[in-house]
Amino acid sequence: MLVTLNVNGRKHSVDIKPHSYLLDVLRDDLGLMGVKKGCETGNCGVCTILVDDAPILSCGYLAARAEGHKITTIEGVEEKARAIGSFIVDEGADQCGYCTPGLVMATMGLEMENPTPTEDEIRHYLTNNLCRCTGYAGHMRGLKKYFKVVD
Amino acid sequence: MATFGDYVKPKSIEEAYEIVGAKKPARVMGGGMYMRMGTRRIGLLVDLCDAGLDYINETDDSVEIGAMTTFRSMETSEVLNRCFDELIKASVRDVIGIQFRNLVTIGGTVYAKHGFSDLLPSLVALDAKVVFVNSGEISLIDYLREDGYRKQDIIEKIIIPKKEVKASYQAMRLSKGDYAILVVSVVKSSEGVKIAVGARPQSAILATGAMELLGTDDLTEENVIEASKKAAEELTFGTNTRGSKEYRKEICKVLVKRALKEVGSC
Repeated sequence: MLVTLNVNGRKHSVDIKPHSYLLDVLRDDLGLMGVKKGCETGNCGVCTILVDDAPILSCGYLAARAEGHKITTIEGVEEKARAIGSFIVDEGADQCGYCTPGLVMATMGLEMENPTPTEDEIRHYLTNNLCRCTGYAGHMRGLKKYFKVVD
Repeated sequence: MATFGDYVKPKSIEEAYEIVGAKKPARVMGGGMYMRMGTRRIGLLVDLCDAGLDYINETDDSVEIGAMTTFRSMETSEVLNRCFDELIKASVRDVIGIQFRNLVTIGGTVYAKHGFSDLLPSLVALDAKVVFVNSGEISLIDYLREDGYRKQDIIEKIIIPKKEVKASYQAMRLSKGDYAILVVSVVKSSEGVKIAVGARPQSAILATGAMELLGTDDLTEENVIEASKKAAEELTFGTNTRGSKEYRKEICKVLVKRALKEVGSC
């Protein structure tokens, strides 16, 4: 089936299967490799993107459902991603880096909902983003600095 | 992964119902996260995402939640938090994470009667009703007791009657984000106390004996302990990878006691 997807401000006509998930279409058809493939069961968060500015798991979102919605991947928010990413990198929280794009997209979702979160609110918002390298302490240090959280 | 022969997005629930009735291999999708993990071959997938079922409306005597309302919308709903002592928020806030809760829907969860559900015990304790587009209204507890699913019908909305309540949600799980070993939701109102237990691992059920024991009496240390023991005795539990039936029975006593103490402030 042919669908038109609005991704990062550009419209793309893509021929998909009815059961294609957005994760696979973004990576395989549109070449957006910043959207990472992980557990594909909704647990790890590496495939996080924004749909209509809300963070969702692209592994669980049908591409056909996405038609008519605004889709944002990390490639579409380069400047913002660098701003958030620099705080993560500065704290050494990017060991393999595989979880970083999903974490950055979830952080953007948080910032749009709540520009001045507390540490607990950051932790709660990012529970869907797993990292197997760093143990999260670096992420929290970096994101607390990004959001200017005062201890 | 489940596969579909075809896919449609009807613009209304009536249109969706017509499609489901006319095309036998059709299946309706809510959030779709659980279906994602299946391996079924589905002839036609009917996606309700454009059917106008994503809403939370407050009326004089109830709150109506459209079937496609996501857990995240419920978690952040001022109406639900105000009317039901933040019970819904407490029930869904540990379901995986926000990205996941932006996808899963109340309709999908209710329809599937998931035993592991964190939300269903709270809806049962709040006396929620389920409205199907064709077969009409049924209490959630009666729907959960029915065998099987209403495959030819579609859930339109969930209705929760408004009343002044104090509520408590308690759960035990091995780790954050995991399915619960046991879930307990308690709601106290002028009509008495409702005690719902889920993840037994079977679906949510009311501990009616314990509720009758408490009646509309004030909650005291003594009757709370008695009711928590009664709840554990009267309900059936099962064993799965997360816990044995014996463990669930013991945990039930503890969680019911904690929840009753919280709503009774005793």
